[in-house]
Amino acid sequence: MTEAYQQLKQRADAGWEALSNGSPIRIMVGAATCGRAAGGLQVIDAFEKAIAANGIEARVHRVGCIGLCYAEVLVDIIAPGQPRITYANVTSVLAETLVKDYLVGGNPRPDLAIGIRGEGSLDGVPALFDIPDLKPQVRVAMRNCGAIDPSDIDQYIANGGYAGLDRCLSDMQPAEVIEEVLKSGLRGRGGAAFPAAMKWRFLAGAPGPTKYILCNAEEGDPGAYNDKGLLESDPHTVLEGMTIAGYATAASKGYVFIRCVHRDVIKTTQTAIDQAYKEGLLGKNILGADFNFDIAVALTGESYVSGEETALMEAIEGKRAMPRSRPPFPAQVGLWGKPSNINNVKTYAYVPEVLRQGGDWYAGIGTERSKGTAIVCLTGNVARPQMAEVPFGLTLRQVIDDVAGGVSPGNEIKLLQTGGPLGGFLGPSEIDVTLDFDEMAGRGAILGSGGIIVGDETSCPVEMAAILADFNNEESCGKCFPCRIGTKHILEMFEAMTEGGAKEGDVDRMLAMSDTLLTSLCGHGQLSVNPIKSALKYFESELNAHIIDKVCPAGRCAALAKPSQR
Amino acid sequence: MTATASTTDRVNQALNRQVKEEVTVLSSLIYVQDEFGFLPPESIPLIADYTDASVNDVFGVATFYTHFRFTPPGPHTVEVCWGPSCHVRGAAEVMSAVKAELGMEEEGTTEDGQVTWKRSSCAAACAHGPVAMVDEMIYGDLTPESAVQLIKDVR
Repeated sequence: MTEAYQQLKQRADAGWEALSNGSPIRIMVGAATCGRAAGGLQVIDAFEKAIAANGIEARVHRVGCIGLCYAEVLVDIIAPGQPRITYANVTSVLAETLVKDYLVGGNPRPDLAIGIRGEGSLDGVPALFDIPDLKPQVRVAMRNCGAIDPSDIDQYIANGGYAGLDRCLSDMQPAEVIEEVLKSGLRGRGGAAFPAAMKWRFLAGAPGPTKYILCNAEEGDPGAYNDKGLLESDPHTVLEGMTIAGYATAASKGYVFIRCVHRDVIKTTQTAIDQAYKEGLLGKNILGADFNFDIAVALTGESYVSGEETALMEAIEGKRAMPRSRPPFPAQVGLWGKPSNINNVKTYAYVPEVLRQGGDWYAGIGTERSKGTAIVCLTGNVARPQMAEVPFGLTLRQVIDDVAGGVSPGNEIKLLQTGGPLGGFLGPSEIDVTLDFDEMAGRGAILGSGGIIVGDETSCPVEMAAILADFNNEESCGKCFPCRIGTKHILEMFEAMTEGGAKEGDVDRMLAMSDTLLTSLCGHGQLSVNPIKSALKYFESELNAHIIDKVCPAGRCAALAKPSQR
Repeated sequence: MTATASTTDRVNQALNRQVKEEVTVLSSLIYVQDEFGFLPPESIPLIADYTDASVNDVFGVATFYTHFRFTPPGPHTVEVCWGPSCHVRGAAEVMSAVKAELGMEEEGTTEDGQVTWKRSSCAAACAHGPVAMVDEMIYGDLTPESAVQLIKDVR
């Protein structure tokens, strides 16, 4: 252990002990994007007013998202001599009640609590990680989400943060770090699932001294918000992961690439970067070792394609986010023409624990070929929409039913839309597929960045496909014509289907375009036939009803007849 | 003349707020739009000068990213999510209600100049869909009625 780290850890542990003992009382309010959508900022305000009005000494921390987004606003209260109690669906009114009843009156209101985090117990309240949503989950990358204040680096350090980096800098050669990550089996989480250590090896072998570590937080997939969720909830795990990657590959600088409209994510990330510099965890001679590394936030404008790795580099250079031709690959010629490595936010977020607990430990979770956990966003028609971290090897049904509570009673799952708008659909027959990169790919779906949108019997796959096609067309960057023109044709045909103007043979015409679309410069055009391919695979009769009979069996498409009207 | 001078000053101040090593055409556009809420016509040549790019390059980048605007927005902004995740939870109905309330079919600013609205493909609060952003505050679990109320409240 470096001396510098030892000192940081001592200070952090003391702070964490005070927090855990509730001295002073702590109120941790979930105010990541999902928390704010549920009124998190108003709840913070209500707590601050109520503690002032009652003359109570307490600190309100703004924390990220534990993942139970449907239960936001989530609030943890830590009072002296009591366990850390989690309350769900807290409103401004409930905040006042909790202050009065618990902090003034001494009644922790177990009837309002959903779980106890950590040690201690309260009659009638389960341990938080024993509730149905959290029981199947294994938290690695999300270990601190919702548990720590992301604006306080000490809370991260007290929970094992920067121990992985410290281990690298005090005990390991860069090549050994890559070996450890290779042993873990960690695969990239941006969609392609390429082994992270292999990618790092390419960069390590490239000539320096200027080399870049790029973190892709341009998460444009509707239905996926786990990258932003991680950065908002625990930015240091991403920064530490990038710094470890920088050490392993002898890189000089890192960029976190975020869309400029996500102001809170940017602010949280920038605050974390500033703190890391202040504590000697970024900059020159990190933790006193002979290693320099910088990280900055790079902003992009609104453009879905800018999440493509070469388009991302164009955007950081300030240009239109249009993909480059490959080869050369980024590990040789990347950002500003220098060797670069790009990974997704989630990929970096795993790295600190892989180094702290070891590659073998990580490889012990998950399946043979998909090691570790997956971070998924379960949204749409499920009872408990949320962001979850589950071990690979569960089935999609287990994830949807056990974690997210399934669809509403008496209803059935009709479709799953996974892997973003280019990912297409899975039908109900595939619900028992194992959560595993290769298993899912074999069924024609991708895990992608982890968005799983569940549609029940009220959803119309043709209308959904039209929405995906609309998105894909609107977001085509326009550089290469197969994508620019092809996505437009596909959209027009889907719109015709939902409006009653489709012609027989339209499906074949769409499929005939797939060969041309495959010649697109990047995945955006290449994959844009997935909505029709997957709709045809699972919902052929519903497609035909729209095209031939001009009927929408789900009764969603307003221009078409409902089944009962015939 | 004073008005122009002050616009120029504000553009330059916005440009100089950037960290020197990280300045690009795109970053400059972002900082200027942050300052004004849109890109004033005078700012384009100033950005070109500042970044050593051509005016064409600057326009090229500004017109590529969909959130850059060339006219001032109204005092209130409304963004309604239409992504598939919000869609299965009723975003289409929310969108129709918002359009009817604003009396507009296409994105833009209302006749009274009060509200500028646009479609958003994802506001990253999918668990609370349908979602809308009103004056940069995010609101979730909307119904057509509650969305219309939000707009009535800010107007």
